[in-house]
Amino acid sequence: MDRPRHACDVLVVGAGPAGLAAAYRAAHAGRRVTVVDDNPDAGGQIWRGEQREPRSREAQVWFERIRSVDIELIAGARVFEQNGPRSFLAETPAGVCELVFENLVLATGARERFLPFPGWTLPNVIGAGGLQALVKNGLPIERKKVVVAGSGPLLLAVAAYLRAHGAEVLLIAEQASSLRVARFGLGLINQPGKLSQAFALAKGFRYLKDCWVVAAKGEGKLESLVLQRRGKRWGVSCDYLACGFHLVPNLELAELLGCKIEDGAVSVDELQQTSVSQVYAAGEATGIGGLELSLIEGEIAGLAAAGNREDARRLSPERAKQQRFADLLNYAFALRDELKRLAAPETIVCRCEDVVLDRLRAHDSWRAAKLQTRCGMGPCQGRICGSAVEFLFDWKVESVRPPILPVRVESLLSK
Amino acid sequence: MPETVRLIVNDVEVTMPAGSMVSAAIMATGVSVFRRSVTGEPRGPLCGMGICFECRVTIDGEAHCRSCQTECRNGMDVRTDG
Amino acid sequence: MTSSPVYDVVIIGGGIVGAACAAECVAAGLRVAIVEARMIGGGATAAGMGHLVVMDDSEAQFALTRYSQTLWEEVRDELPREVEYDVCGTIWVAADDEEMREVMRKQQFYSERGVEVEVLDAQSLAEAEPNLRAGLVGGLRVAADSVIYPPCAATFFVERAKARGADVFVGKPVQEITSDGVRLRDGTTISAGVIVNAAGSWSPSLTAGLDVKKRKGHLVITDRYPQFLRHQLVELGYLKSAHSHTAESVAFNIQPRRTGQLLIGSSRQYDVEESTVDVSILNRMLARAIEYLPTLGKLSSLRAWTGFRAATPDKLPLIGPVVEHPRLYLATGHEGLGITTSMGTAKLLVDQIVNRAPAIPVEPYLPARVAMIGAELAHA
Repeated sequence: MDRPRHACDVLVVGAGPAGLAAAYRAAHAGRRVTVVDDNPDAGGQIWRGEQREPRSREAQVWFERIRSVDIELIAGARVFEQNGPRSFLAETPAGVCELVFENLVLATGARERFLPFPGWTLPNVIGAGGLQALVKNGLPIERKKVVVAGSGPLLLAVAAYLRAHGAEVLLIAEQASSLRVARFGLGLINQPGKLSQAFALAKGFRYLKDCWVVAAKGEGKLESLVLQRRGKRWGVSCDYLACGFHLVPNLELAELLGCKIEDGAVSVDELQQTSVSQVYAAGEATGIGGLELSLIEGEIAGLAAAGNREDARRLSPERAKQQRFADLLNYAFALRDELKRLAAPETIVCRCEDVVLDRLRAHDSWRAAKLQTRCGMGPCQGRICGSAVEFLFDWKVESVRPPILPVRVESLLSK
Repeated sequence: MPETVRLIVNDVEVTMPAGSMVSAAIMATGVSVFRRSVTGEPRGPLCGMGICFECRVTIDGEAHCRSCQTECRNGMDVRTDG
Repeated sequence: MTSSPVYDVVIIGGGIVGAACAAECVAAGLRVAIVEARMIGGGATAAGMGHLVVMDDSEAQFALTRYSQTLWEEVRDELPREVEYDVCGTIWVAADDEEMREVMRKQQFYSERGVEVEVLDAQSLAEAEPNLRAGLVGGLRVAADSVIYPPCAATFFVERAKARGADVFVGKPVQEITSDGVRLRDGTTISAGVIVNAAGSWSPSLTAGLDVKKRKGHLVITDRYPQFLRHQLVELGYLKSAHSHTAESVAFNIQPRRTGQLLIGSSRQYDVEESTVDVSILNRMLARAIEYLPTLGKLSSLRAWTGFRAATPDKLPLIGPVVEHPRLYLATGHEGLGITTSMGTAKLLVDQIVNRAPAIPVEPYLPARVAMIGAELAHA
């Protein structure tokens, strides 16, 4: 069966900041580099749409660097299966291609965590990063009333972005307490750039801490929300809810390869090497830590994958500095217990199979729940509901089998 | 590269900036319900990044296309299942 | 020194066969314990296609499947929604004249025994299933065949047994069958008047000399395509595959789920222990399916997995007492018909335990019909 074959020294999976940084460093060191990403364009989440509508100085710098070296970028390709220890299969609209490599950098990034609450499945209840992504992809948001909710500094970035595109952001509901958020702000004292960034973002918004959505209401789509804060509840009418509870690493490919996972992230050493030889990982997949950390990890991984361990080691102090921000981030915005009790017995938890909380609660493990309710057996392959039940029930959501993303039946016909 | 793209969403012609995704085109026509869940609930996009599969619609006759990951092209025929 | 047993019956294995047996035991007034190593409804019950079919490989196979199907029809209205009982029917597909002669033979066989079937010519077949390729000769529709979601059916039976006093031990692997019960891996013992080995493809590890072999199968499930398929489809080569003792074979077999998802099978391999997907087998299986349904290739697939059937040399399950052990019974070796025949198995098993007249002859399924190789009590 004739199938395009791309061979390289370093394959980078994921064209977000970490992946682009790794690709640049490896290519600059003289290696043949291929970058592959499921999205139609490079940039990952945070730099989505940057190539069309430049907004970030940093993104432009990195895209310029990428253009200055010889890299093969394959967009719109989903890696779904291994084809041997140094080969992947990826599906594109045209068919299946083979990616053959010597060294691998996993820069698979992160996804938002969604927690179920009554009405969360209504149309126009969207992730925070999710709504931003949709707007970046052309969704008109002018004069629409939006509530941003959930947790994390991402909410501020999203609110600012939406407002800049004409949305009326009614409020930001941050579940973390004022104390924790203040500590986060204080912690940024050592990183004045970030601090002023945070202040600038928060300016002009009703930024409510200790606050979360308890219900979304509407006929056929979102019409209003019920919010809770310090014992009080009140209703708000709006067009969109942009709600996400922090981020979780995308681990499927790392798990498929047998990389050690620790604390919900790919375990790496000081050179970003995973437990599998010649497999490196960088960025949010190794732990949520923000843009700067992703970039520096990407550079280290790219250099190490290219065999330049000396230069890779030189970047360690910078990474340590950025790691402190990551630790601060994860502490400040830890999720409170009340969020475990938002869902009602009849609230859907698995959206693919419409499995409600009540049915899931009857089981004591993900495996049993999956078998009996089919939760996690839909097209999202447990990505959405899995992150939720890990938080709700402390269940360990188990590892993957290929195909790690849905693919056409004929794509499974490989040689 | 053309600045706009024209496609058809549920028999309605829509003009979108080049590089937009089909999800935006659908929402631009005022449609929020992209599809129905297994028990018939109305659903629309959630994650915006291609992993929740709630934004699936039929594009040029092919079912289950993730509209948030599919770029609008001239003459594309898009059908939601609301 | 013996103490009186705690249970009348201890059943090893919480798959659909063990579960159905537990429900039937309590219905007969017996005190029952069921011991499951992993999860209720796991094993082949979780992995396979949940079809309820009549089969005509032999009179004995027909009798058991037909009897079981009747029992399923009787319990159907009590089954919860998540069992997804769907009377979609089966069409046996004939690709050439030889297979069409087989269709006619089946038609006669089933008609003589009161099973309603319908012969389809090429045109009626195309009308019944428009996505089948052109050029097929015809088929046999068996309208009363159904599909279910087996893990939930197993849970239904176990819950029914529990409601009438059965004790259920989950996550408790059995270390060995003893003279008066079982010893679990954690050291505890359960004593019973009768021990039932319903451990499916694991049953030989508990009863030495049992000629039950693992027969690996592959499956793929697609996304939802509600109008794509109405019936379960089986190629007539299925029988050639199920019959043979060769190392590996594939045959076209596809089943619709109520949501419109399609379960694509089937494959059979002996002498394979690893549960990882075998790419070459998967290729052959999918290629075969696409031969029958040319547009299948473009459909979105969500998962691929494997499972192990428990196969006996004569294609019939083992239901009844083990001669060499005073208390041991078998309910295993159901190959690809475990879901269907779980209910008939449960009845025949209990008939023998309590000495009640069975509805169909039990002789063809008795363990005594096959010689055990070096029969003795076994360690796991």
